Amino acid sequence: MKGTYAISGYCLIRGNKVIRDEKLLFTGKGGSFSDFALENYRHFSVSYPKFHKMDNLGKLGFLSAEILLKDRNLTGKYPGEKVGIILSNCSSSLDTDRNHQKTIASRSNYFPSPAVFVYTLPNVVIGEICIKHKFFGEGNFFVMEKFNPSFIVDYITQLFDNDIFDCCITGWTEIDGNNFESVLFLIEKSTKTETGIANFGTAAIESIFNRK
Amino acid sequence: MEQLVQKLKEEIITALNLSEMKPENIDEKAPLFVDGLGLDSIDALELTVLLEKKYGLKIQTSEEGKKVLYSVRSMAEFIRENNKG
Amino acid sequence: MRDVYISADNIITPVGFTTGENAAAILAGKTGIQLIDDEKMSPVPFYASLVDSKVLNNRFSLFDNPANYTRFEQMAICSVKDALSKTDIVLTGERTLFILSTTKGNIDLLEKDPESKRLYLWDTAHLLQKYFSFRNEPLVISDACISGVQAVITGARLIRAGLYDTCVINGTDIISEFVLSGFNSFKSLSTGPCRPFDKTRDGLSLGEGSGTIILTSYSSAGDSRKIIAGEGFSTNDANHISGPSRTGEGLFIAIDRTLKKNPFNIDFISAHGTATPYNDEMESIAITRAGLQEVPVNSFKGYWGHTLGAAGVIESIMSIYSIRNSILFSTLGFREPGVSNPLNILNTSVKKEINNCLKIASGFGGCNAAIMFYGK
Repeated sequence: MKGTYAISGYCLIRGNKVIRDEKLLFTGKGGSFSDFALENYRHFSVSYPKFHKMDNLGKLGFLSAEILLKDRNLTGKYPGEKVGIILSNCSSSLDTDRNHQKTIASRSNYFPSPAVFVYTLPNVVIGEICIKHKFFGEGNFFVMEKFNPSFIVDYITQLFDNDIFDCCITGWTEIDGNNFESVLFLIEKSTKTETGIANFGTAAIESIFNRK
Repeated sequence: MEQLVQKLKEEIITALNLSEMKPENIDEKAPLFVDGLGLDSIDALELTVLLEKKYGLKIQTSEEGKKVLYSVRSMAEFIRENNKG
Repeated sequence: MRDVYISADNIITPVGFTTGENAAAILAGKTGIQLIDDEKMSPVPFYASLVDSKVLNNRFSLFDNPANYTRFEQMAICSVKDALSKTDIVLTGERTLFILSTTKGNIDLLEKDPESKRLYLWDTAHLLQKYFSFRNEPLVISDACISGVQAVITGARLIRAGLYDTCVINGTDIISEFVLSGFNSFKSLSTGPCRPFDKTRDGLSLGEGSGTIILTSYSSAGDSRKIIAGEGFSTNDANHISGPSRTGEGLFIAIDRTLKKNPFNIDFISAHGTATPYNDEMESIAITRAGLQEVPVNSFKGYWGHTLGAAGVIESIMSIYSIRNSILFSTLGFREPGVSNPLNILNTSVKKEINNCLKIASGFGGCNAAIMFYGK
């Protein structure tokens, strides 16, 4: 490792709870994901009409990023092309794939929708976050059975080492029906003492990811 | 016609997920794209799906599409003209 | 930092089951794209390049029972198997990683068997990993139409960083009703075989394909002509989730950063060239902004169609073939320039000694990627 990198923040959404940087910020009422997403949208005073057009994976990733980045002014701190987003999940875009399949299930009711189809790709959520924040940097979406902290840490460390980016949003954004879970981390070039929660490493990522 | 315009506004709001918009906020004569409601290329395609699904009407060319999808009123006129029988 | 070499490869498309067969077919001007009228796939006829199921079954049954594997799996297994037969590196150890690049995997199962575990891309990757006895947990990359280029970039980086010595990268996608209906709803499909960069281009033709490329740090492996996978970059337009940027911003940044890391005079560009009006126009803007408007450019889409998650892999392989065999391939379907920034589009295949190639791609979600391959 060439430099030291820090976890300067995280946003964890699991079991209707929203935690940012060790603080519980919001608890949902326990309805469907759509209800939960809208409650969060209002609670965190997000104002972004395009949000309502996103699919569920898009909404989950977008909200996680909004909450993670709130009041951090990343855009002022880094050039857009030096901010990267590396995400992973288990179901890819299967949640929306099923919705698209419904639109073509019968020839008598065959109305494929471009607004649904465009979300049948997991990396579109990266695009949504980039559009909102004007991030132009490295983007990659991995599909894996379980979140893999050691791979993510190894991969992102070498991207920092090779100056691919100065700042990275990474983690896990998974939704399959009403089962959803999102843990996003903000990783920056610096050490824990300067900013943030912990030095960037597998143990720290794992321990935050497993928080209840 | 006014009834059709009202109905169309509601259908557009649902089809395009314009959740923060109410029918009375949409000016039926104002352009839907560029300024207006700030719709984009996916929305345009989605409106052609709406016309097909709810009214059985197909837009044949992109020139026709531009004309028909100009405003809520032009959409309503297109529906009325083509549903005469 | 150590170099990453290309050790072996394979391409499967309707016009050939090996890289060599595909190169010969391209030189003969063959295309896999044809008019298909199949009510099960689409209510309207369409142009696409589809691998014949019977041919695939016959090939597969030479070594295993096709009944146990889906079309997607059969194509991927045939491709990886052929590539493995062309290298003598031992790939079953802990220094090898298997990477699968795909947009939709076994998506046709969504209709036939919606509860199937094989719909999960990681599960499909596990099946392939076990089939070939690769030791490590496989990696799945799903970045829309840049998946293939992104997989090669990622594999090369993992090797350069010393995390692995060898990466076996397979890119595969099949064309099903799912994908056809979606692209049709976007009005993106061509009314004839696609015509990249041409004045009359009116959309893309979808295609099926599978490609495998083996990247390694072992300099003794493979061909006598050493080809290196250089650094590449992916970027985002931060503009729109489906429409390409009008300024080519993301692709320009990807090319610019790649050129700065690999300071060569570029000999050849393998473009994405899907033949949609917007994509090709955007590429012409980005290439021109990067100062590469004189460099010979081609698109392989006229031969194979747009093979989605396979595209970046098979087009990289054919570009590497170009460097190895001193040949530039023409752009089938291109006749008259039709982009606002004139490019040097290859309209005939020519013998020419070249030392490097820039491969680019763009996709939904606003993503773009560029990578450099060069001879040592």
